Amino acid sequence: MTISSLVPRMSRICGPGNVVTDPLELRTYECDGLTSHRATPALVVLPCDAGQVAAVVRECAAAGIPFVARGSGTGLSGGAVPREDGVLIVMSKMRRVLEVDPLARRAIVEPGVTNLAVTQAAAPYGLFYAPDPSSQVVCSVGGNVAENSGGAHCLKHGFTVNHVTGLEVVTPSGELTWLGDGTGVPLGYDLLGAFTGSEGTLGIVTKVVVKLTVAPQAVHLVLAGYATLAEGGRAVSDIIAAGIVPAAIEMMDALSIEAAEAAVACGYPQGAGAVLLVELDGPATEVEAELATVMKIIEAAGATEVRTADDPAQRFAIWKGRKAAFAAVGRLAPAYIVQDGVVPRTALGDVLARISALSASSGIRVANVFHAGDGNLHPLVLYNDAVPGEAARAEEVSGAILDACIEYGGSITGEHGVGVDKSRYMPRMFSDDDLDTMQLLRCAFDPASLCNPGKVFPTPRLCGEVPGHHRAPHPAVVSGDAAAAGGDQGTAPQSPPMEIF
Amino acid sequence: MSEQPSTDHLKDVAGDCVHCGFCLPACPTYQLWGEEMDSPRGRIHLVSQLLDGAPLTPATATHFDRCLGCMACMTACPSGVQYDQLIEAARGWTEHPDQAPAGPPARADAPADAPAASPAAISAPARFARRSLRDRTTRAAIFAVFPYPARLRALTAPLRMAQRTGLDKWLAGSGLPAKVSPAAEAALRLAPPSAKRTAGQRLPERVAARGPRRAVVGMLTGCVQSVFFPQVNAATARVLAAEGCDVIIPRGQGCCGALSGHSGRHAEAMRFARATIETFEQAGVDAIVVNSAGCGSAMKDYERLLADDPTWAARATALSGRVRDLAEFLAGLGPVAPRHPVPVTAAYHDACHLGHAQRITRQPRELLGAIPELRLVELPDAGTCCGSAGVYNLLQPQAARELAVRKADSVLASGAELVISANPGCTLQISAELAQRGKVIATAHTAEILDASINGRPR
Repeated sequence: MTISSLVPRMSRICGPGNVVTDPLELRTYECDGLTSHRATPALVVLPCDAGQVAAVVRECAAAGIPFVARGSGTGLSGGAVPREDGVLIVMSKMRRVLEVDPLARRAIVEPGVTNLAVTQAAAPYGLFYAPDPSSQVVCSVGGNVAENSGGAHCLKHGFTVNHVTGLEVVTPSGELTWLGDGTGVPLGYDLLGAFTGSEGTLGIVTKVVVKLTVAPQAVHLVLAGYATLAEGGRAVSDIIAAGIVPAAIEMMDALSIEAAEAAVACGYPQGAGAVLLVELDGPATEVEAELATVMKIIEAAGATEVRTADDPAQRFAIWKGRKAAFAAVGRLAPAYIVQDGVVPRTALGDVLARISALSASSGIRVANVFHAGDGNLHPLVLYNDAVPGEAARAEEVSGAILDACIEYGGSITGEHGVGVDKSRYMPRMFSDDDLDTMQLLRCAFDPASLCNPGKVFPTPRLCGEVPGHHRAPHPAVVSGDAAAAGGDQGTAPQSPPMEIF
Repeated sequence: MSEQPSTDHLKDVAGDCVHCGFCLPACPTYQLWGEEMDSPRGRIHLVSQLLDGAPLTPATATHFDRCLGCMACMTACPSGVQYDQLIEAARGWTEHPDQAPAGPPARADAPADAPAASPAAISAPARFARRSLRDRTTRAAIFAVFPYPARLRALTAPLRMAQRTGLDKWLAGSGLPAKVSPAAEAALRLAPPSAKRTAGQRLPERVAARGPRRAVVGMLTGCVQSVFFPQVNAATARVLAAEGCDVIIPRGQGCCGALSGHSGRHAEAMRFARATIETFEQAGVDAIVVNSAGCGSAMKDYERLLADDPTWAARATALSGRVRDLAEFLAGLGPVAPRHPVPVTAAYHDACHLGHAQRITRQPRELLGAIPELRLVELPDAGTCCGSAGVYNLLQPQAARELAVRKADSVLASGAELVISANPGCTLQISAELAQRGKVIATAHTAEILDASINGRPR
């Protein structure tokens, strides 16, 4: 079946106004927040409820047409890049907060609801939704689930996976089902945990049950300016060594400070080589005691300027600079790559030195913004796509940074996901056996490889294929611990839907 | 002189967008529909496609038409994209498809995958893809009336008659206006009840400062403001005089060109701009005080509008530099006139062309907050347009109405007894929606409340 023959069916399911076929309109969906990967979808549909999503997916499954889910289109690894031969299922019309239960400290929301809207709905009850990606004003909760998104405050409060207790999902065969029972305590296999962070490859989220966290009694933000990143890094290590777990520890280098200042006039110390933000939250007496220790450490590390803020307006003003930093870098260069490497905190200084050397030798500027508390680096590799060859050199620097992260025992992604952008780096971190084992899970959900294909894994492969062209079947299959996924060798199984629960 | 900025310049502006999406939640149409093409990021993408040579399809033109031009996206944008320049260019293309980068649009009934800018697409039948006849007629009517206070005033007499006799309600109930033209229906619904008689309220050419003179200022009276809200202009003059300003109100002043400029009628906007510049140059004033947000924003933009006109560029720059919004001017000048209590709970509504286009949000709140016994409450959606947006509520009545409903909900939930706004369009829009619900919440301009406080009398 061709995609054009799907149009009337999709129009019947979602309503004609919610099916996009105009070529110019389709192109506006060609990329997410990472513009270096683009593909114009053959068709875009905007379903309005879970039933419509399931019906759309069933049509795709029956026709053997690939599909990709998209939330607000703010992802930074190309996880929602469409397929030119497929359907893009846009969740932005499903944005109702269905329930806020202050006693159970729980909210049920549709996937298109923005991250910040959850907190806004919870705020009247003294509650908030803890994971806070910098794009929280716009990024969708459904996208957060797909990417297991983090944010500045995940150091203390945890990632999305720690705050999602139930998901209504549409499986790649079009079945509507629930994962998790809303308590957060998995019974049997933790399918909820497996689904969260699966980057849209295991199905599409249609409802999300999230934990709400009691707003802390006291919040204190400290901003410190340093001459060098190394001095700021020392403060970070010493704070953690003192046994303090701040809600957030963030650092920015001179270039990102410059960009943030230009964008939102955040008033960070002028001429500083590094700005460190340390936020403490909790019971007032605890915060007070920790603050005294943190201030001592910060000053001992050689801070040139220290400011503190405890009222929401002042804190918001300071955070604004950090949260706008990525997009603000758009003022420094026409294009940039956002990297998302992770290194052990103790290696921060060495890796930053390596990045700076890479930048110097290549002539490609790199701005650094990072979650210093958990070693999650966000180097922003700046380039001008109008200069021939510069994009390729930036890509090279970007890859070399990830190599450095792996070399120091870290990872290629902390919170942005692998998507299409970092799939080629997966073999640098994982062995073929590792990747094949991941494929087994994926194939259990999506035997026909129609659900966001081409993401996460370096080489697209149908589930029926023998993993690894030069090798025997998966060791787990050989040993009898796992069934060969997908049935017949060499052909992709089609519907009927597989029973997986 | 070209009427459109160069393609290269626009490409540079569009290139500043890094596709982060921070503008999406700020955009009223994205709030309404959740579709990329009706978000700022999507519209910038569409502009880029056109700049790269894609033909202007009817669908694309619709997305530009649906933009309110509220500029909330510019406030939200961390990358500093000058969206106003892009949307104004796009509006120019929809008004004059022959000026679009790829030439005129394909026919509406052409196959969607027709090759871009093929010779066939530029031939005669292409003209059919222009706006519908009804749309063009509506626009022609609007721009033949609104920028001309005398014509606008002439229309208010039959309107008042209809309101007095109840004919307007009968008409609305009949559903007839909606059938003839959604714009006509919207105009009837939005028209203020029993517009006050304007005779005798004509302002003098000069109002002398009370006490020592601190400044000599010119005052723009506006089109909609002068016809529907003459009392606002009177209050503005009294407040300025009370604060020690000689107020010069040039007789010959006409439309500032805001409505035309914000609707892609660049040539018309330039004509109005030149006339306005000439008028105020002759007035010999330190500053030109504007009490209508849309007008102030347009006049501050003369500099860019006339940048390519060698004989006018310098004069435009000089004039734009002297334009001040009333609240901006008063906050800068500092108060001397004593304030009396105005015991009321009021919500201040940010007009988009003040809050977003001119980035003036603090000054009106400071001025109002300094009035004894006036309790100022914030609207949770203060940054979101009420749907008025110049003549948007006439051209896109459905979307405008939905936004008005949201704004009215927010006003009612705030507990305010009074809504203060610095733009006549917003006041009309919000009042009409509240009136439809039978809610009595007063609306006023910042100037009227300051006037009431300074002169110690209730409105």
